[in-house]
Amino acid sequence: MATQSQVIVGPTVARRRSEGLWWDAWGRLRRNRLAVIGLGLVILLLLAAIFGPTLAPWKYYIQDDAALAANNFLPLPPFKSMSHVLGTDPNGRDVLSMLLDGAQISMTVAFVVQLVVIVIGVPIGAAAGWFGGRTDNILMRLTDVIYAFPDLLFIILLSVSLYDTWFGHALNGVLLVFVAIGLTSWVTVARLVRGQFLSLKETEFVEAARAIGVPPARIIIRHLIPNSISPVIVAITLGIPAAVLAEATLAFIGVGVQPPRTSWGSMISLGYDQIRIYPWLTLLPGLLIATALMSFTFLGDGLRDALDPKLRGKQ
Amino acid sequence: MTTSGPAHNADKLLEVRGLKTQFSTADGVIQAVDDVSFDVGYGETLGLVGESGCGKSVSALSIARLVPDPPGKIVAGEILFDGIDLLKLSDEAMRKLRGKEIGFIFQDPLTSLNPTLTIGYQIGEAIREHMGLSGKAARDRVVELLAKVGIPRPADRLKDYPHQFSGGMRQRVMIAIALSCDPKLILADEPTTALDVTIQAQILELIQKLSHEFGTAVLLITHDLGIAAGMCDRVNVMYAGRIVETASVDTMFENPRMPYAWGLLDSLPRIDDIRGAKLRTIEGMPPLLISPPDACRFGPRCRFVRDICREDEPELTAREGEDHLARCWATEPGGWIS
Repeated sequence: MATQSQVIVGPTVARRRSEGLWWDAWGRLRRNRLAVIGLGLVILLLLAAIFGPTLAPWKYYIQDDAALAANNFLPLPPFKSMSHVLGTDPNGRDVLSMLLDGAQISMTVAFVVQLVVIVIGVPIGAAAGWFGGRTDNILMRLTDVIYAFPDLLFIILLSVSLYDTWFGHALNGVLLVFVAIGLTSWVTVARLVRGQFLSLKETEFVEAARAIGVPPARIIIRHLIPNSISPVIVAITLGIPAAVLAEATLAFIGVGVQPPRTSWGSMISLGYDQIRIYPWLTLLPGLLIATALMSFTFLGDGLRDALDPKLRGKQ
Repeated sequence: MTTSGPAHNADKLLEVRGLKTQFSTADGVIQAVDDVSFDVGYGETLGLVGESGCGKSVSALSIARLVPDPPGKIVAGEILFDGIDLLKLSDEAMRKLRGKEIGFIFQDPLTSLNPTLTIGYQIGEAIREHMGLSGKAARDRVVELLAKVGIPRPADRLKDYPHQFSGGMRQRVMIAIALSCDPKLILADEPTTALDVTIQAQILELIQKLSHEFGTAVLLITHDLGIAAGMCDRVNVMYAGRIVETASVDTMFENPRMPYAWGLLDSLPRIDDIRGAKLRTIEGMPPLLISPPDACRFGPRCRFVRDICREDEPELTAREGEDHLARCWATEPGGWIS
């Protein structure tokens, strides 16, 4: 078994740029039209949420009595007045400004809830998957209980029972919404991370890492978590519309954000009994909720394909 | 049994004494490694040969204490590495030894590297952990190692990911990782099985060259006697969790004293075989290792089997030639094969 030389000849073709895995995934995402549309809308929503309330023509709580008086004390429909482009509600509040403030609430809820989900779900799933055995059993039964309990009922119970405490009033009730939705949403991520850890723990590269004496903590942080991050990102992206919807539902039934702040859901709840006379009060926030849900779902689906490990390194 | 060796032999790097490793399964307890003893001298290359499922890999994993527990468990024996009994070390002390004193080369280089980390990071991992190097010093060491294992333009490739390397290159990277802290012993578990034949030769030659250069002892696990012949100083043949023959590589190929070893040698394709002739095989399958009977484990597949083989398991006993042991009634003095 003699070979001629030790040095193997280097590749003669021009070497591809050393591309990271994320760059790779971005390349695939870019080619997915729906995902790009979704991403564009998501960015637009985020910009609206961040800068909207500052740039809005009115403060969301200001009641423009003069404008109402000029219109026989009826709410202004959209495009009738330049100062209230999207009209006003029966109290004379500017709909555009309310929508922008609602965008801020929705996006904050969406992202903070996902933060709660990561902070609770990832460690629980990681611990269950890594330690296995009894730890796994206890943690997963806990997850099952939360999973099996009706989400909305849990959120309503939590919100109602804490409504009159300082916690319920913090940030106009938004904090309570974060926590309530977050506490019911982490189970998916926990199960996902557990499953990833269970299978990754048996892979040869983890065994190889063990074989060179990498301490367990670093195996988890450098080897297991980066390899389980893709499905978590997808789950988080697809969890955002669920959180937005949950917040809208809560606001609609009157739990959650407290006046004077109005989220999209509470706008619908305020306007739905007058939908035949003042349809814009319901349709506009409804349209925004639909757009938000759709754009995050498109983006999530695109990310799922782009981050698929089976496609790694391929174009 | 020949487990009664001296406490510690100064010229032996590794002494495995009476090692028993079991796996609990739903069907019962499998004796994957059953009372195995062998030595590896400093700088020596020892081959562990046998077919699939005979306990070669589990022996190597036991030495590194990497047997997955549960379901696996080392239930008896001593593994003296440089005079220290590895089985008595704490998990933390054992972790500090792995990668530093004992390197491991795995079978499949395609799955043994983490797809989300760069090559440079993965080679540097053991260096940073065990040698206390960091930053530029660690990086220099990584480049040096990559050059040693024959990766062209090593400095350019640190930031590459495993998928940008071919199978042979990845196995070179695995070798670089195994050698990164100048270990005294490398456990190479079928290091070339996943590679094609031309790359195999390069990789084996690389392992041989570097182990000589660094004075590293190698425990080479393979099912390919050709590889063992080319690489090893001594060869252990394993069958059904037992060592059935041990000899220097020359003796093993000139005068094997165990029908299983004959079968292995016989089943190698030869250049003077008639074209189109059937490949020679050993009929049958290795036995299930759940409560094996007190009988020669190769008996059911052996052409020379007699009643005694079915009633009593032979011991590993001396044969002609230095340190030549075999486990066979037929080739013992007074046996029916001379």
